[in-house]
Amino acid sequence: MFYREAGQFKTSYAADQAVFPIAQDRIFIGIWLFIGFVAVPLLSNQYLFRAILIPFLILALAALGLNLLVGYCGQLSLGTGAFMAVGAYAAYNFWIRIPGLNPLVAFVLAGGVATLVGIMFGIPSLRIKGFYLAVATLAAQFFIDWVFSRVGWFTNYTPSGSIAVPPVSVFGFEFQSPVRKYLLCLTILVLFAIVAKNLVRGRIGRAWMATRDMDVAAEIIGIRPMYAKLSAFAVSSFYIGVAGALWGFVHLGSWEPLAFDINRSFSILFMVIIGGLGSIVGAFFGAAFITVLPLILNQLPGWIGIGVSTAMISHIEFMIFGALIVFFLAVEPLGMARMWRIGKEKMRLWPFPY
Amino acid sequence: MGFFIEVLIGGLMAGVLYSLVALGFVLIFKASGVFNFAQGAMVLFAALTFVRLLDILSETFAPLLLALAITIAIMILLAVAVERLVLRPLVNQPGISLFMATLGIAYFLDGFGQAVWGSDIYTLDVGIPKDSMILLASVFEGGILVSSGDLVATLIAGVLVVTLAVFFQRTRIGRALRAVADDHQAAQSVGIPLNYIWVIVWTVAGIVALVAGIVWGSKLGVQFSLSLIALKALPVLILGGFESVLGAIIGGLIIGAGEKLSEIYIGPLIGGGIENWFAYVLALLFLLFRPQGLFGEKHIDRV
Repeated sequence: MFYREAGQFKTSYAADQAVFPIAQDRIFIGIWLFIGFVAVPLLSNQYLFRAILIPFLILALAALGLNLLVGYCGQLSLGTGAFMAVGAYAAYNFWIRIPGLNPLVAFVLAGGVATLVGIMFGIPSLRIKGFYLAVATLAAQFFIDWVFSRVGWFTNYTPSGSIAVPPVSVFGFEFQSPVRKYLLCLTILVLFAIVAKNLVRGRIGRAWMATRDMDVAAEIIGIRPMYAKLSAFAVSSFYIGVAGALWGFVHLGSWEPLAFDINRSFSILFMVIIGGLGSIVGAFFGAAFITVLPLILNQLPGWIGIGVSTAMISHIEFMIFGALIVFFLAVEPLGMARMWRIGKEKMRLWPFPY
Repeated sequence: MGFFIEVLIGGLMAGVLYSLVALGFVLIFKASGVFNFAQGAMVLFAALTFVRLLDILSETFAPLLLALAITIAIMILLAVAVERLVLRPLVNQPGISLFMATLGIAYFLDGFGQAVWGSDIYTLDVGIPKDSMILLASVFEGGILVSSGDLVATLIAGVLVVTLAVFFQRTRIGRALRAVADDHQAAQSVGIPLNYIWVIVWTVAGIVALVAGIVWGSKLGVQFSLSLIALKALPVLILGGFESVLGAIIGGLIIGAGEKLSEIYIGPLIGGGIENWFAYVLALLFLLFRPQGLFGEKHIDRV
């Protein structure tokens, strides 16, 4: 009754090509942006920002990037953690080696470096497909892990191998309090999400999707596979690299190579799969789910008043996490974005039967 | 020269151990097209179950056999559970969803095994000797130092592979498994029950995991890091090809030898610790020339 497009006529090409053609969708997005930019900063406390909201935003950005590669172009990658590490370390090196560099510029440059590394490790995708490619991207993961822990130049020869950075400050404006950090991440995420949404609607996104659905057929209708695959690797790595730089500079503040190990890659892949392959909104759902779930599982024994040892809690956490993943995939293999779409279809008719 | 051969042999034997883990992957991928990331967790789970049962049953008349039998029974139960709870609801889903589901299984098994059996490091002693011996002392100066534990492990792996080969080639179930591997639909249409085959293949993979767990466990002690062996087996897998048992063996040998030789001869030049990624890069180089692995089936795309 409330969510239907009846009576909304498209009278221009611009209206026909709008990202959100239905007025209710535009209102809805507006409400979400209002909640994100105004309501949440007013209502949240420090803990929420630090433990949930900031990690959620940054990981959502990484998941968005990975979704472009896995969900839209169909190239399975297990090297996300490594590309995040490239972003973080590149930002660090730009920042210490070019005095007075604006951190935001350093983030963009770091994204550029991640893009180059991504293209390099994306080259095997021209020959290798499917799970062979997934395992091949693990080569990137382990190799880059090794480079950052062994080659002193990247960590500026700090003896412990860990890196510490002061709070990000842009033109004297310091992003030190959690609220400011949150707003910085949110702004970047919204900008990148808009770009991603438009990329996948356009020519390049269609080329990716054709390659995903069947690369031989795509090649026959005139899509260059090299261009499609490498551009997907490039854009995805740029997103992931910026997310890595944010993760290091804004969320962690100081980090070691371990912060970007293979578990990070898996958790972001989980976000993409659970959120929904090939869906922008899915990346947000997945990131929220995977960020919040471990925190809830961690608190659960305390809430229901069972006293068990911490080791036991962590084992049980593993069990429940694994079981939930399987359960979720069994119930809806296409992820939360699919549930969202079904819900929207239902809303369109409600309360009428058809 | 003697040193080179010593390193080479050590590498080849380590490679055999990798092959043991890779075998489990290959079996499941061949029969069900599932890229089973939980193989490493299964190795850990089987080894933990075995070593703890051995401890509990140490008063009985034949602890070794009893523990082995019960562990195998538990692996069968696990196979049935996986088929019922994971594979059946996910029939006809894309491979990546199934892959993610096996990651879920891996998390679950890691947590479950350690919650039930504890997370300490257990020493496992099933009579595999640990001392080393010197071979061919007359040919090379100083001879070649070989760990007899590795030698036994190699023998076990050899026996396992021969058994599997006979099982696949000569038995009725083995033929059914190969039929399913070739073509699911065709196999089903001649009356091979897919669900039953999946239980069997996961059981076989569970038993392979148990053997790998016992061999690795008596070498390193049974502990959480056994679960990470899966990551060592992956390059073996892409090098040999996902569908080939022979490939898992040859791939293991190449990776094992390459890893040890590079660690000795290239490692010092670029800073050491390269065994984590060298296997992957080596496998990647092979893949650039043979995208389906050395022994994988050539994939023909039809539009």
